[in-house]
Amino acid sequence: MQPLVTIEHVDMRYGGPEGLLAVQDLTLSVAKGEFAAVVGPSGCGKSTLMKLVTGLYIPQGGSVVVAGERVTKPVSIVGMAFQNPTMLPWRTTLDNILLPLEVVQRHRGRLRAHKAEYVAKAEALLETVGLKGFGQKFPWQLSGGMQQRANLCRALIHEPDLLMLDEPFGALDSFTREELWCVIRDLHAAQGVTIVLVTHDLREAVFLADRIFVMSARPGRVIEERKVPFARPRDLEIMYEKEFNDVVHELRGSIADARKAA
Amino acid sequence: MSTPRAGIDWVKAAPWLYTATLFVVWEAAVRAFDIPQYILPAPTVIAGAIVQYWSAIWKNSLQTLYTTLAGFVLAVVGGLALGILVGWSRFIYAGLYPLMVGFNAIPKVALVPVLVIWFGIGTIPAVLTAFLIAFFPIVVNVATGLATIEPEMEDVLRALGARKMDIMLKVGIPRSMPYFFGSLKIAITLAFVGSVISETVAANSGLGHMMLGAQSQFNVPLVFAGLVMLAIEGIVMYAIMAWIEMRMTGWAHRSQTMGA
Ligand SMILES: Nc1ncnc2c1ncn2[C@@H]1O[C@H](COP(=O)(O)OP(=O)(O)O)[C@@H](O)[C@H]1O
Ligand SMILES: [Mg+2]
Repeated sequence: MQPLVTIEHVDMRYGGPEGLLAVQDLTLSVAKGEFAAVVGPSGCGKSTLMKLVTGLYIPQGGSVVVAGERVTKPVSIVGMAFQNPTMLPWRTTLDNILLPLEVVQRHRGRLRAHKAEYVAKAEALLETVGLKGFGQKFPWQLSGGMQQRANLCRALIHEPDLLMLDEPFGALDSFTREELWCVIRDLHAAQGVTIVLVTHDLREAVFLADRIFVMSARPGRVIEERKVPFARPRDLEIMYEKEFNDVVHELRGSIADARKAA
Repeated sequence: MSTPRAGIDWVKAAPWLYTATLFVVWEAAVRAFDIPQYILPAPTVIAGAIVQYWSAIWKNSLQTLYTTLAGFVLAVVGGLALGILVGWSRFIYAGLYPLMVGFNAIPKVALVPVLVIWFGIGTIPAVLTAFLIAFFPIVVNVATGLATIEPEMEDVLRALGARKMDIMLKVGIPRSMPYFFGSLKIAITLAFVGSVISETVAANSGLGHMMLGAQSQFNVPLVFAGLVMLAIEGIVMYAIMAWIEMRMTGWAHRSQTMGA
């Protein structure tokens, strides 16, 4: 399949030529429709990678290509979600989800005239993440897990080709996290969107992803790329199978080596 | 403490009880120690003075209210505009902030002579003093609200192609509103201080002017009557601002108490 994201020999330095080198010679590619995970020690440049792909930062060296175009400015075909759901407390959940449409060029002109159509789409999304009927609630009336579900809807409302998730489940308790894994798994299956998930939870990465990139300590680069062979749809039960744990175990070893090298 | 009993809500009643107690103790002390009127008049004497001089007190109270509110409105408009400007760009912030801190450090009473040279004695120096003293907290609060936008929120929107203007309108300005409305209580109190200072130093009317006149005639009950009117006006304006704050930014209070 043709890659949606291609990162080649990227160097990214913060704060001028003498600044901190966050990633160096970073190379990876993600195919269209694929679910990729990026794992690595903290501070290795995972969030930097997200910002490079979305065009928030332009690297000093190498190239980032998304959907066949070199990234030189923000790419609006991408949706993003972070660990902090950052819902705006003065807007209802529904209005929070519609926020990207007020910004993206393609939609902002149409929004007022086609409001009903967009609201219907937002409500459909809410239903897929298990928040049917919560659109009129304010974010502070939702639990942390529900806010994160709404955050996913906001990231998807403008029908992005690529969904970038930066440790989205880091702040949640383990039961809620497992629920949301299933939500993401189903969203990926239903919408055919390409997903890049940054995480420090190896079980999460193995359960969700088709391919896992392991990054080295700073300056970050990919030191290992691992295909996850398990068939889809996957059930939470596979996490208790030996093959699953073998993969997790192996990745753990690679990360331990990466940290030692630091 | 004791179990709540039906009937009187003591916490709600507390402000009134304490105020009443203050006046009763005051009255009793003045009578018991036979304190002369020109040192400390009793509340009943002050009440008498308010009745006796009501037309002058009323006229001057309105004047003070007018200069305070005029200065306050200018401070709100100017403070909001400057706050947004300062919060907008790091460059403007870096350049203006030290200037504003320096300016704020000048005691505003020291500016009144300058204002009198420019505008003469009267209403305008009082309005401008109220404005100058009240606008700083508004600027700082609005700029703080803008400067503390979550970086993740900004990233999400910028990645979608949002311009600075979009981020300000959709996130920054609504977000800074609780800070803005919160600063109104401080600003109205300061505006009041500013207008009374200016009226005391250089004016032909207003409560400050009236009290200065009363003082020169040793009419101490009238001086205290002026103080009581100042207290009442101050409390009412503060209460109105607190109410506006509560009405306009309910979401901020609820989102804090409910927690995320
Ligand atoms: N805006 C920035 N300015 C300077 N240094 C930064 C900035 N963002 C991140 N860094 C540094 O770059 C390195 C990689 O950061 P990040 O990509 O956030 O790591 P991760 O997400 O893997 O924990 C870290 O050492 C971090 O301190
Ligand atoms: Mg990170």
